[in-house]
Amino acid sequence: MMDQGTKGTSRREVLLGGMAGVGAALIRIEPAAATPESMKKAIRQVVGESPVRKGKVTIDVPTLVENGNTVALAIEVESPMTKDDHVKAIHVFNERNPLPNVISTRIGPRAGRARISTRFRLADTQTIVAVAELSDGSFWSASADVIVTLAACLESLD
Amino acid sequence: MARALINVPQKATRGQVIEIKTLISHIMETGFRHDNVGKPIPRNIITGFVARYNGEEIFRADLFPAIAANPFVSFHTVATESGTIDFEWTGDNGFHETGSAKITVES
Repeated sequence: MMDQGTKGTSRREVLLGGMAGVGAALIRIEPAAATPESMKKAIRQVVGESPVRKGKVTIDVPTLVENGNTVALAIEVESPMTKDDHVKAIHVFNERNPLPNVISTRIGPRAGRARISTRFRLADTQTIVAVAELSDGSFWSASADVIVTLAACLESLD
Repeated sequence: MARALINVPQKATRGQVIEIKTLISHIMETGFRHDNVGKPIPRNIITGFVARYNGEEIFRADLFPAIAANPFVSFHTVATESGTIDFEWTGDNGFHETGSAKITVES
């Protein structure tokens, strides 16, 4: 263990360096790599021109869903939730349901903890994106991939 | 008509962060489905949810068709004083439902 620990520092540095590089590359692009247009548009409607950074947000959702009709979802944002530094809003988007929006919530310093949960529908195997708006005007996001075996009955109208 | 279940701790200490859970019975018809003769079924969902603690708004949510039937929403708040937490759901076809829960806060 000790031996690994000393070796680990350099390996950790390498890994951290790699992650920082990936993070930097992602900063200027959309929150998730291969998101269809409608979801991007829906996110843009919420964030406007502001950049969306990865981090601070945790999505708690099962990676394998048997029944897409009701899927438990929880979003937590890292924040001290004080008057000067708190989460103002949490939005959830999906890429393959008929509509890109899932839920938009408004909270404040009064919440004490920036965690919300709900149950939602998934029409297909897809990526979920959560975006949090902080009191300083910055936007943070996270994405999660979910595999759905039985999709919610959401055939399109046309 | 609709029934709402609200879970708020009865007692809390001042400053404690409490979790509030709500569940309301509602079909949440997406508007993207057809009936057995192929006619589209019109959308009928809950679109809004607001919670107020002694009149002060503490949480607000916009719901979309992607929310599962019988919407469950939970969030947190700081227990500041004894009183009432009121909940309000609004939706399509003039849907409106309210509920409330009492909380006792000890210092």
